[in-house]
Amino acid sequence: MNPGTLILAQEVIVPSEFGRMLVNGLSLGAIYAVLALGFVIIFKSTQVLNFAHGALAAIGAFLIAYFATVVNIPGRWIEGSPELLQWLLSVSAALILAALIGLVLERVFLRPMVGEALFAVAIVTLGIDVVLRNVTNDFIGLTPRPMGDPFGLNTAGFNCESATWIGTADLLEPCAVRIPHTTIFQLVVTVVLVIAVSLFFRSRTGVAMRATAWDQEAARAQGISVGRIFGSSWAIGAVMAAIGGLFISMFPRRPSGVDQFTAFFAFRAFPAIILGGLDSVVGAIVGGFAIGFAESAASSYLTFDWLGNGFGGVVPYLVMLIILLIRPYGIFGTEEIRRV
Amino acid sequence: MRGRPHLYTTYESDQAILNTTTKKVAATIALALMVAAPFAVVPGMMFLAESDWLRILSTIAIFVIGGLGLNILLGLAGQVSLGHAFFMAVGAYTAAILGATPGGLHLGLGLPIWIWLPAAGVAAAAIGVAFGPAAVRVRGLYLAFVTLGLVFVGDYVFRNWVSATGGAEVGRTFPPLEFRIWKEAEPLVDFTSDGSWFGVELLAEAKTWYLLLALALVFMLLAKNLQRTRAGRALQSIRDRDIAAEIMGVNEFAYKLRAFGISSFYAGVAGALLASFVGSVIPARWDLFLSVQFIAIVLIGGAGTVSGVVLGAIFVTALPRLVQDLTLWMQDIVTSGEGVLAGLFDIFVATNSTDFGLINTLPGTGPGLSVFQLNQVIYGLLIIGFLIFEPLGLYGIWLRIRNYWKGWPFTY
Repeated sequence: MNPGTLILAQEVIVPSEFGRMLVNGLSLGAIYAVLALGFVIIFKSTQVLNFAHGALAAIGAFLIAYFATVVNIPGRWIEGSPELLQWLLSVSAALILAALIGLVLERVFLRPMVGEALFAVAIVTLGIDVVLRNVTNDFIGLTPRPMGDPFGLNTAGFNCESATWIGTADLLEPCAVRIPHTTIFQLVVTVVLVIAVSLFFRSRTGVAMRATAWDQEAARAQGISVGRIFGSSWAIGAVMAAIGGLFISMFPRRPSGVDQFTAFFAFRAFPAIILGGLDSVVGAIVGGFAIGFAESAASSYLTFDWLGNGFGGVVPYLVMLIILLIRPYGIFGTEEIRRV
Repeated sequence: MRGRPHLYTTYESDQAILNTTTKKVAATIALALMVAAPFAVVPGMMFLAESDWLRILSTIAIFVIGGLGLNILLGLAGQVSLGHAFFMAVGAYTAAILGATPGGLHLGLGLPIWIWLPAAGVAAAAIGVAFGPAAVRVRGLYLAFVTLGLVFVGDYVFRNWVSATGGAEVGRTFPPLEFRIWKEAEPLVDFTSDGSWFGVELLAEAKTWYLLLALALVFMLLAKNLQRTRAGRALQSIRDRDIAAEIMGVNEFAYKLRAFGISSFYAGVAGALLASFVGSVIPARWDLFLSVQFIAIVLIGGAGTVSGVVLGAIFVTALPRLVQDLTLWMQDIVTSGEGVLAGLFDIFVATNSTDFGLINTLPGTGPGLSVFQLNQVIYGLLIIGFLIFEPLGLYGIWLRIRNYWKGWPFTY
């Protein structure tokens, strides 16, 4: 028996391990939640199961890395501005380009498939994934590219006994938890995105999107430009994927940066999507954080020899398989009603 | 009925595998060409007798078997499975455990091929059927995710089960293609060394090719028969509209389960043959890309048809070699630096680490796709292109050509 689990049960928590698990879980959860959110937006309005989401994440992360570190756009024209502002501007520029990529993909590859069987469209996105992933990997090259984020390895300390923030000097105290600035950034961005998306689905365009998902012809008859809805949902989805790719490349991995495995890490968001149900925004968030915590808990505590290497990495898929056995439509997904 | 090739007077002749004279002639010629391939007697096909092309032919045969398996699931029953690579791996490792020489680095019982080859299929089928109820419960789109998860879980298991798979870096060796009655030292027939059969001198590759050709033909016949009988029609009705199928009395659950089992059996056999043919394989070989390759085979060839799968397998397997040859040829011209073509091809190939080009034969040294990456990109583009423009695949293109000439000079 691993001592870690026993101690956890007696609530004599090893501060570093438990704290690390918690912070990792939050960080991974933010990644998966944002990726799932983008996926759900695309699925909700276009009924397309987007296998290319991982590739979009990688391409978005690469664009951010390229703009922020290699060409320094638009920072090179704004002299003397703070580092954080410059970086955020680079990210915005990259996200705009990612949105354009989403638009183009939809217009070129997905528009001709409107009305085809859903599985055929899903396989088209699988083809897009293969193409994008290879081209992106070639651009990225063999070594990880740094994201140029101003947070770096900075951490904040948090004391779990007194529930107060502490300085770096007190990090050796028994109940201190180390929280990287990137994790705080990720969580803030995730919360903002979630609120934005929930508000968006209540806005005029958002309602039009939901209407399109429900019935494309009826939505058209109501004067909704279905094509424009498709385009905009792909653009938003691609932006979300890019943010997810940025998150993947920032904290939990060493060495951090976008590399050829970014797309594969993004694949692990699929279990989160399944867990929440394909068409539920709440489900994407809950599923994302649930999978994130499951993975980080498994990496921290399930370290038996017989489990071998990298068990944490398959936990998301195992959770997905089990969930689908119990509830085939995910926890928050709409149950498919079969009509004759 | 002479002169009236499309008038069938019996149900048997209508349902026959080769129901027209053209098909009979074409099939006979194709078979004769395939048998003659190692002898370099047919003009224009001499190159097939080279041992590397014979190896490509053998790979095609293996991919035909695997592709037929996925075709039963994807083409006939309409279920999207990304887990084909996983079932192939199950077959391969079953074969390895049963067939490899005992006392080696990894697990092995040293049993003969007539045990390990069918057992590979059966083991994969058993896992497929065990997994089936879960797969049938999740409908349509979710199934793709479940099978995707299977690939990743399988990858983890295979990487960590070192005694059976050799671990992530090293991999393991697989039993060779040799026929023994039992565990005797000298194989009765071996397909892996040069020698003479019935007084004809054959290369090792030619022997392997004949074995795999025969196996592929058997599996093609089985698939064709499945397709044109009650079970095949039941599966196709499920694919086209599952509720209507159930109302007509097709037991959806039972048939989907059978489709899973049969598809996994094919995959298992193909996996065992592939591993045995290649000789030594690392667990990363059975990754998502292998599954995508099989989806490409089925979709490029033509979903739901046996001949389509064969076309798709030929296309997908021969493509890397053709791309490689083309790249080398263009590179030669560019390096020689003469003529108009050199300037034109310079855009496509990178000749050194600083030169820009679409294809780079020195991977990792500069911009440009490696030949392997380029192949993946081409597969992806072909999958997209065929789904958008010709969902019936190469088979659909052939149908159109045929129908055009059938009515010629009229349009219909």
